[in-house]
Amino acid sequence: MKHPIGLSIRNGTKIYPGTVALSAADFDLHMGAVNVLVGENGAGKSTMMKVISGVEQLTSGKILIDDKPVTFKTTEEASRHGIGIVFQELNLFPNLTVAENIFIAREKTRGRVDIDKAAQREQTRALMERLEQDIDPDDLVGDLRVGQQQIVEIAKSLAHDARILILDEPTSALSAAEVEILFRVIADLKANGVGIVYISHRLEELIRIGDYITVLRDGVITGARSMKGVDVDWIVRNMIGESGKDFAKEIDHPFGDEVFRAEHVSLGSPAGGLLVDDVSLSLKQGEILGVYGLMGAGRSEFLECVIGRHPHARGKMYVNGVPLKEKTVAGRIGRGLALIPEDRKNDGLVEILSIRENMTLSSLKKFTRGLYMSLTRERQTVAEFVKRMTVKIASAEHAVSSLSGGNQQKVVISKALMTDPKVLLMDEPSRGIDIGAKAEVFRVMRKLAADGLGIIFVTSDLDEVMSLSDRILVMSNGRVTGEFNRKEATNGALVEASAIGHATSSRNKEHV
Amino acid sequence: MADQSLSAPSSPSSPDVLLILLKARTFIALILVFAFFAFNAPNFLSTANMVIMSKHVALNAFLAIGMTFVIVSGGIDLSVGSIVGLCGMVAGYLVLNGIDIGLGWSIQFNTLEICLLVIAVGVFIGAINGFLITKLNVAPFIATLGTLYVARGAAMLSSDGRTFPNLNGNPEYGSDTFRWIGAGEILGVPVSIVMLIAVGLLAAYIATRTPLGRHIYAVGGNERAAGLSGIKVNRTKYFVYIFSGFCAALVGLIISSQLVAAHPATGNTFELNAIAAAVLGGTSMSGGRGRIGGTIIGAFVIGVLSDGLVMMGVSSFWQTVIKGLVIIAAVVIDQAQQKVQARVALQAQSAIDS
Repeated sequence: MKHPIGLSIRNGTKIYPGTVALSAADFDLHMGAVNVLVGENGAGKSTMMKVISGVEQLTSGKILIDDKPVTFKTTEEASRHGIGIVFQELNLFPNLTVAENIFIAREKTRGRVDIDKAAQREQTRALMERLEQDIDPDDLVGDLRVGQQQIVEIAKSLAHDARILILDEPTSALSAAEVEILFRVIADLKANGVGIVYISHRLEELIRIGDYITVLRDGVITGARSMKGVDVDWIVRNMIGESGKDFAKEIDHPFGDEVFRAEHVSLGSPAGGLLVDDVSLSLKQGEILGVYGLMGAGRSEFLECVIGRHPHARGKMYVNGVPLKEKTVAGRIGRGLALIPEDRKNDGLVEILSIRENMTLSSLKKFTRGLYMSLTRERQTVAEFVKRMTVKIASAEHAVSSLSGGNQQKVVISKALMTDPKVLLMDEPSRGIDIGAKAEVFRVMRKLAADGLGIIFVTSDLDEVMSLSDRILVMSNGRVTGEFNRKEATNGALVEASAIGHATSSRNKEHV
Repeated sequence: MADQSLSAPSSPSSPDVLLILLKARTFIALILVFAFFAFNAPNFLSTANMVIMSKHVALNAFLAIGMTFVIVSGGIDLSVGSIVGLCGMVAGYLVLNGIDIGLGWSIQFNTLEICLLVIAVGVFIGAINGFLITKLNVAPFIATLGTLYVARGAAMLSSDGRTFPNLNGNPEYGSDTFRWIGAGEILGVPVSIVMLIAVGLLAAYIATRTPLGRHIYAVGGNERAAGLSGIKVNRTKYFVYIFSGFCAALVGLIISSQLVAAHPATGNTFELNAIAAAVLGGTSMSGGRGRIGGTIIGAFVIGVLSDGLVMMGVSSFWQTVIKGLVIIAAVVIDQAQQKVQARVALQAQSAIDS
């Protein structure tokens, strides 16, 4: 056989209190190949990987390595068997250097006491060369961009000589150029006989890179085969059990007057230079403006300037033609702006509070007369929004952290909508949520636009920006480098515009 | 397999009962402690003892209420004990001397004016804490540690370390009612207890029924998300430190009135008792979680425990050890509650999701 099986699960079942996360799964991991794993959020992908990497143990069934049953009580045991995992949420220490992060808990030492910094630095440099990254081993991880941090995380697994490497959504934070590098590294690892498990929501990416595919739905494996002849339709059918859900249905509706205008908005970076460089744009009522660009193109920073997170930003903004003089976030929310941040966990939600308390956080004034806040009316409003946004919850009093990504996103959107905004700013609204929830979020966006809301949304997904936007802006290096009507936009034109002035991507093109 | 998964959600009663027991743990602890001393300490249940004990508890409870807001907002206020001392000295000084403006005569104040001035001092120090923490970005621990020393030093300086004795006031100036704060009664209830009830109700109302209260929880839970939701984070933080300073000023007034004297070392390590009461009442040191009612019960557990042990003749060294053990046990049980609670929520949610 061309690709020997390095690890397999037989009849693997994992039961959490009240739910079956994985049900009688049979899974073979081929060495020297990319084993793609796909399914909606909560389908059991992560559970399966946690079982393989020793984070969790199977309730019943067994794991076989070289036909011998093994059990991993800890991640330590798994990694002794050569299993490395790169989690979707990065497990790095921002306060330590790149080299220190890579060798954390496995420090190179002289006599088990004194850390051999020179050796660590040397190996880190070699790893970075292999990954074609210009990252200094002595840089603090906290100073790196998210994409670079992801590379460090991968380097960490490589440093431990992983025989089996699990990558959980590794490209969600990477720029196109960085994705290419990652794919080259994966090809290199494959050639060296490493078995790779690759989890992602980006279907085209999976088809491109995968050798074997396993599709999960509700804890059951619904399809497993070699990648030959697999297309998006097949994957989607196995994932959601019916033939393809289309994204947002277009509702044609006329645009209203201009609702928001930004003129010459700039934001300096603490490191010198400009994060947002002279951005001007205008938005009409009912219009969806897609802002496409790579990570670090200044898209999120621009939205943050608009909502008032950076009081030092320069430039003028107008809502309904009236200058936006308010400096604070509260003032700008009052003027009809609302932001749905990219990073739900850190910027969007207060995880310790309940679903109800999160939803009403921006609009408590609505329920308050003088000093009296009506909890009854608050509960009613929350119930209304839960219904309207079809949030699936057991009780609005539960902690918001008990929800899945898609439902959390709906809570954040509800919070923004409760302030009755005129302009909705959405930063990567579909990040980290499954296909079903994505389609629902897009439907909501379409409907809001039809109701006359102006929407600016930022994304690095070409399909998304093409199918949702009425108009598309492309940003690169903090500047607007292209503007397209929906009719005239093409994938090629957008990608080209997003690479203008992008030093890394042009350099890498030469390599290719 | 299928049986197991079906039976789990159909027997929700056991974690529910467990959860209720865990949630009411501080209250249960109070009842147990109370019952224990009722049997073992002579005269524990006498009215006189109840009054004395609740006066003791009240002092700590005031500080703990202010501390709860601070901790829920994600901070800590170490300066409250020193504010108690300084405010006591200010009260004593005003009662004895008034303010000498250097023209050969001095301004004298009546009791109400003295109270307002003392409260102003407490609020002012709270505002300084707020300023250091929000505008100058000093970590709350360090900022309030600094004001702890400054306020204590100022209290010592105000009298060169001596005690202001005989704070009986002067009927001519209308300050002879100063003693009433510590010794008086309203409808048979000591004044300090009436004040505690008022402050406690006010704080509980703020915490649960006002946007301000909600904002305090949100800031403590996730400051960035709170800011992006339009909450005025700095204003919220100012409030909690000012409120804490206010509570400490009340304690300073009450103590100096009860003792009819002001000593500059008064209130030493009170902040630790206040933190202990808040934690015992279920306040999370990482912010975002805590209740005023819980804190007050926590203050009662600590107060009843230490007074009861004194009455049983247990040495003060052992008292300290026991107090420490109780606090640790409280936090350990708190962790258990969080776990059970999260599991119940996840169970209910996964039942919906699937």
